[in-house]
Amino acid sequence: MKRYDLIVIGAGPAGLSAAAEAASHGLEVVVFDENEKPGGQLFKQIHKFFGSKEHKAKIRGFRIGEDLLRDAEEKGVRVVLDSVVCGLYQDREVLVQTGEKVVHYKADAVIVATGASENMVPFDGWTLPGVIGAGAAQTMMNLHGIKPGKKIVMLGSGNVGLVVSFQLLQAGCEVLAVVDASPRVGGYGVHAAKLARCGVPFHLSHTVIEASGEESVERVTIGQVDKNWQIVEGTEKTFDADTLCLAVGLSPMSQLLKMAGCEMKDTPLGFVPRCDSLGRTSIPGIFVAGDVSGIEEASAAMIEGRISGAAAAEYLGFLDTSLLDETLGRFEMALQSLREGMFAPGMRGKEIRETEEGIPVSTSLLEQGYLGDDELERFPGVVEQRDAVRPVIECTQNIPCNPCQDACKKGCISIGEKITSLPVVNSEGKCTACGMCVAACSGQAIFLVDESFESGYASVTLPYEFYPLPEAGDRGRALDRSGKEICDAEVVEIKSLKAFDSTNLLTMKVPLSYAGQARFFRR
Amino acid sequence: MNVLEDRSIDIGPFVSQGDDETIICRCEEISKGEIRKAVHEGMYTMTEVKRFLRAGMGLCQGQTCGKLVRSIIARELGVNPLDLELPPSRPPVRPVKMDVLASEEFPGAEKS
Repeated sequence: MKRYDLIVIGAGPAGLSAAAEAASHGLEVVVFDENEKPGGQLFKQIHKFFGSKEHKAKIRGFRIGEDLLRDAEEKGVRVVLDSVVCGLYQDREVLVQTGEKVVHYKADAVIVATGASENMVPFDGWTLPGVIGAGAAQTMMNLHGIKPGKKIVMLGSGNVGLVVSFQLLQAGCEVLAVVDASPRVGGYGVHAAKLARCGVPFHLSHTVIEASGEESVERVTIGQVDKNWQIVEGTEKTFDADTLCLAVGLSPMSQLLKMAGCEMKDTPLGFVPRCDSLGRTSIPGIFVAGDVSGIEEASAAMIEGRISGAAAAEYLGFLDTSLLDETLGRFEMALQSLREGMFAPGMRGKEIRETEEGIPVSTSLLEQGYLGDDELERFPGVVEQRDAVRPVIECTQNIPCNPCQDACKKGCISIGEKITSLPVVNSEGKCTACGMCVAACSGQAIFLVDESFESGYASVTLPYEFYPLPEAGDRGRALDRSGKEICDAEVVEIKSLKAFDSTNLLTMKVPLSYAGQARFFRR
Repeated sequence: MNVLEDRSIDIGPFVSQGDDETIICRCEEISKGEIRKAVHEGMYTMTEVKRFLRAGMGLCQGQTCGKLVRSIIARELGVNPLDLELPPSRPPVRPVKMDVLASEEFPGAEKS
């Protein structure tokens, strides 16, 4: 039987990071993955990631995937695709199916990084073609170049639902509604705001009653839910939709760990192995990393992978125990900084009324998906300055992210040491309208506003990621944060620098009195 | 004391509901009504329901419907879903054809 020092199950962000880390300490490592392409979900993540530099913030997910795969292969990791790990047995024996054959392998250590699968929710018509997981929609669009449908209803307002809805718009689909049974938007407010200003309505405290159609989805009916999650009669609304995407959470794929005999724990968020902060399960030599041990963002999965890769190297004697602590210290700090703020794992389900700075949160953002005009002033990213161009940062929740601070070389933006702090615009800084902050913001929440642009007119520069790009001179309408058309607008400049990484900067001219509301352009 | 600890507790008769026809286990085409009925016929655990109806024994091996089946059984019994133990996890976790399972390769070993 072929033996390896380490077998990693799953070539996603956690598995590849674990394999690269372990191989860098000299282990012979193989990674098995059931998919035809490596990278797990990374290669369909076309949006820019959050975090700070060490978390690869403002880099698009698929590029992070490319770097990770190259890194693993350079370190000598063997990545074997189209290979399903069907069993994990005593003494770290692994059964792998590749094509029409099965092979048994043995390893001195195993890292399980199998990730998670999408949850489903049953209602009348949920088995009709056209009802799909949001992740599946993303795979169709971003890996295979196929539109999942023309008119979409999204169920779920967590980050998956919000991010995929925006990508559906980018692919040219119409998103008719984002629906969530919860009374508040579940994901980052900046993701919701991006959708709202494009005109996507949010229906919170609503759920899907029925999907119907002859052979596939033709209509989706939703209704308001009361405190006991029962439909309130008379609140039904029907959309002529051909696709219903479900983004109602993920479940860890932990069957291999249970099969191997690892101690498991049953939590409302999923069935996960008991493990310590190094990913060590109850069975010596079996480690875990990533979503299989609890659902988080890919950025966290990559660091968890590094940690369990180092822990496996130490377990097998490739890494001195004293050096392990040093290696881990760095990773653990990086991981901790991702697990802070309003969306930290420990904050799930809690109602937050104030930011860390003590500012009351925007209720409009939580209940309708966009900031209310009267709520903006209290946030430190918004300053009054009428005589020059200035950045307006509509970032009002404590999320772990700070690329805007590094993007500005003129000292206009500061966040400080703690990356969950809200960005502060310093009116002393000399903004040159370079636009680096607008392009660097993964949440597309930064605008440049110049109220001294022309007599009677202001200019508003916004991040724009839709094709075909408008051109300078194009006339259209400006939309406000809720997606409502408010005034005429003329495109004065489109800037697309390589450093912007495909986030184009659209500058439009609007009547001065709309400078504070105009946030999107429609031809 | 709940019905999982004392099976003599009466859970009442099976009463049909409007959404009983909704398919829950897509792979094996098992409806919500069939699962609820099975509970009233005495299948109180996930393992019993699985063996009785094959719910969770298809292509996805319960990865999609497991949570749903669990919550339906729990509601019928009036217990917390977390009180219901999950069925055992056995190889193969993904469906494998019998002839593939029988075609084992031994890389590096001499053919006998």
